Amino acid sequence: MDGKLLQNPNPLTKRFLFVLAGLAAILLLNLIISPEFFQVSLHEDGKIRGNLINILNNGARVCILAVGMTLVYATGGIDLSVGSVMATAGAMAALMIRPGYLQGLPVANPQPPLLLIMAVPLLIAMLLGLINGALVALVRIQPIIATLIMMYSARGLAVLMVEGQTPTYHGVPFTKLGLGYFLGLPLPVWIAAAVFLITVLVTKRTALGVFIEAVGENRKASRYMGIRTRLITMGTYVFCGLCAGLAGLVHVAGESSTSPYNTGNMIELDAIAAVIIGGTMWGGRFTLAGSIVGALIIQSLSTTVYFQRWPYEYSLVFKAVVLIVVALIQSEKLRAYAAQGWASIKSRRAR
Amino acid sequence: MEEILKVSNLSKGFPGVQALSNVDFTLNRGEILGLMGENGAGKSTLIKVMTGFYRRDSGDIHFDGQAVDFTSPNDAVRHGISTVYQEVNLLPQLTVAENIFIGRQPMKKRGGIDWRELNSRAENAVAKLDLDIDVTRPLNTYSVAVQQMVSIARALDISAKVLILDEPTSSLDAAEVEQLFTVMRRLKSEGISIVFITHFLDQVFAITDRITVLRSGKNAGEFTTEGLSRMDLISSMLGKEFEDLDASRWGSSLGTGEGDPLVSMNSVGKKGFIFPFDLTIRPGEVLGLAGLLGSGRTEIAQLLYGVEKPDEGVLQLNGQETALSSPRGAIDEGMGFCPEDRKEVGIIPELSVRENIILALQAKRGALRYIHRKEQEAIADKFIRALNIVTPSSDQLVKNLSGGNQQKVILARWLAAEPRLLILDEPTRGIDIGSKVEIQKLILELAKEGLALLFISSELDEVVRCSSRVAVLRDRQVIGELDGTDISESQIMKTIAETA
Ligand SMILES: Nc1ncnc2c1ncn2[C@@H]1O[C@H](COP(=O)(O)OP(=O)(O)OP(=O)(O)O)[C@@H](O)[C@H]1O
Ligand SMILES: [Mg+2]
Repeated sequence: MDGKLLQNPNPLTKRFLFVLAGLAAILLLNLIISPEFFQVSLHEDGKIRGNLINILNNGARVCILAVGMTLVYATGGIDLSVGSVMATAGAMAALMIRPGYLQGLPVANPQPPLLLIMAVPLLIAMLLGLINGALVALVRIQPIIATLIMMYSARGLAVLMVEGQTPTYHGVPFTKLGLGYFLGLPLPVWIAAAVFLITVLVTKRTALGVFIEAVGENRKASRYMGIRTRLITMGTYVFCGLCAGLAGLVHVAGESSTSPYNTGNMIELDAIAAVIIGGTMWGGRFTLAGSIVGALIIQSLSTTVYFQRWPYEYSLVFKAVVLIVVALIQSEKLRAYAAQGWASIKSRRAR
Repeated sequence: MEEILKVSNLSKGFPGVQALSNVDFTLNRGEILGLMGENGAGKSTLIKVMTGFYRRDSGDIHFDGQAVDFTSPNDAVRHGISTVYQEVNLLPQLTVAENIFIGRQPMKKRGGIDWRELNSRAENAVAKLDLDIDVTRPLNTYSVAVQQMVSIARALDISAKVLILDEPTSSLDAAEVEQLFTVMRRLKSEGISIVFITHFLDQVFAITDRITVLRSGKNAGEFTTEGLSRMDLISSMLGKEFEDLDASRWGSSLGTGEGDPLVSMNSVGKKGFIFPFDLTIRPGEVLGLAGLLGSGRTEIAQLLYGVEKPDEGVLQLNGQETALSSPRGAIDEGMGFCPEDRKEVGIIPELSVRENIILALQAKRGALRYIHRKEQEAIADKFIRALNIVTPSSDQLVKNLSGGNQQKVILARWLAAEPRLLILDEPTRGIDIGSKVEIQKLILELAKEGLALLFISSELDEVVRCSSRVAVLRDRQVIGELDGTDISESQIMKTIAETA
């Protein structure tokens, strides 16, 4: 059985075990430095608390983003706009929760239905994703350029929507989305898990997954086979937008306020890093599970730095180191050199 | 005879496959050696191991009397071995000239690439192959055949002691092959040694001095070409007797189809692409398209399949006037298209054999009607057996298959999609002699089951054998149609020549 797993020609299987080992190593390192890192406690209010839970809770946003980013990345694209789209969605939610905040009015009373406060921002996020997708698939603008344009525009839009202010809305039901608990675990964790599971089901129980991979790897051949390549490509950007919107809602709910400048600032880079660490190929095979573990690796680095009270900059350095390791592993050239070096050592020994 | 390249006891394995086991191989100075074997026999792997593309597991390689261990194909080039690999590895966006000189551009004295020198030397290089093309145009504006010629021109321009050609003629037609042979003979007379891999028996017998045969990664025979019989060579390759093909025309048993045409194209054409033409295909018949390279065969297929939109004429499917604007539309009408360029529009390299085979069927059904894993495996296994695809399992990535086996996967994909009209553009390219016959038989069977087939092949014997009718093309124009007893290689050649 084990042998079969290792012989599995799908390189992502091996890769996934490797990424998992990476996460384990980071956690293990923490265990060595300070065993109390792993303390998890059940509080009277039925909430489980501890660093491991923090990693999941704080990592939820990057996890959600990484799921959408994975599909875009697999089609041979990239989405730089997710952080800004988070802010736009957050701004929209703020406007609905507290429409009169500029006049200094408190939150609307009664509050609009929670479902509506979620649906409108998510629709806007999907619309922004659709624009990304159309620019890429129909107008044929390079993904990095198209979504860079959106990165600026959506951020600008978010700032305009709340006129550069940071509306707060403590205590409204909406904030549960970021602060609530369910069965002892924070709600964001459940949301991220649901996004992940649903996406896995939809991509693996239908042919969408393999279509995305086919389009990413050989668009022309896919077209010849009758796969609707433009629809698939646009679909991934719309979905990525949706994920960004959701991550945005989770974020601003957790803050109980929407800062149009800080919401999702630079987080797109973490999402992309998570996908790369997870092992998804740019234009080709993707692994959602890998991306989730990638996101958790990134989050556990931040949490570690925070817990050990090291300066924040350390986490940047750690992320860079992880990416370097990943890049080196992926480099064919390096592998060739390693094989060569190994062979020459062997032959020297033989002599 | 002096040995220039000698390989002994060479072994190379990949996960799940022993590609080469204890292979011996000798190339003498100034000879042309044929390397033969079935699809997946290990020919390309042997070449790649010898030229430093892959690392060997064990064995020795001697070049020019020295034990060598090339670390990369470039290393081999520096030592004097120039190779054209089977999968043409050029850069499609660059110009022809840049492709020929990439990595060894002529420089100006004061630095910078000497473009004038580069282009004029490139013109010389292609002129040696009698190729009349504009070397300053991007490579991808030319056909697969021209691209193949360019990669040969590149290899020839590197002055080397050994030239290795892995299926260089798979998409060339007779005139170009002859031109290549002229160059090969000249090189041979200059003392250069050549390894020539092909599945065309005629070509091996025409050009080689000796032949080495591989079978399932092992040595299966070494022959002097003179005096060798076709039968002996074939049975050495297959490891069993083989009934050679008579010249009989199987296609004649099909008649010319019955009933109303499934496809009828009336004065369909597109400016600068192909002149207006008429075509009909009925269920149960094989319409062959014959013509030289660039005569417009693939263009007809592309218009029919909706890859390109015609700017005049009427296309009727089942008597209904139809306008197709994409392959998707053609597939909805029950068409399938097995394209000639397997790298560009065929394989999805990082997906498995199984996924590559079911993809067209899946696309036809739609994303939501998912073909379950079990059913996928059943379909894949069925075609792996039927087409004799050499692979350790249906989970193998298609990029790891040998060239001919990749071609079979593409064919399987379209058979699995169960079209009513199947367009086959060079379906046997790179396929070994045994499988070729099997595929030809299969084409006939499909027609008998009522499929309509459009069959394009550069190999006239194949077109003649399988077609119930043949349309002849020349210079992007349909210039004649043959049926019944008129169908013969000589008649086709005559039609092409007459209208010149
Ligand atoms: N990179 C690889 N990984 C795994 N298996 C491989 C790889 N390259 C080749 N093989 C396997 O090694 C065997 C020999 O392949 P090779 O390409 O040498 O065949 P070939 O004789 O050139 O066939 P063809 O006539 O189809 O080109 C095949 O079974 C193939 O699947
Ligand atoms: Mg080969």
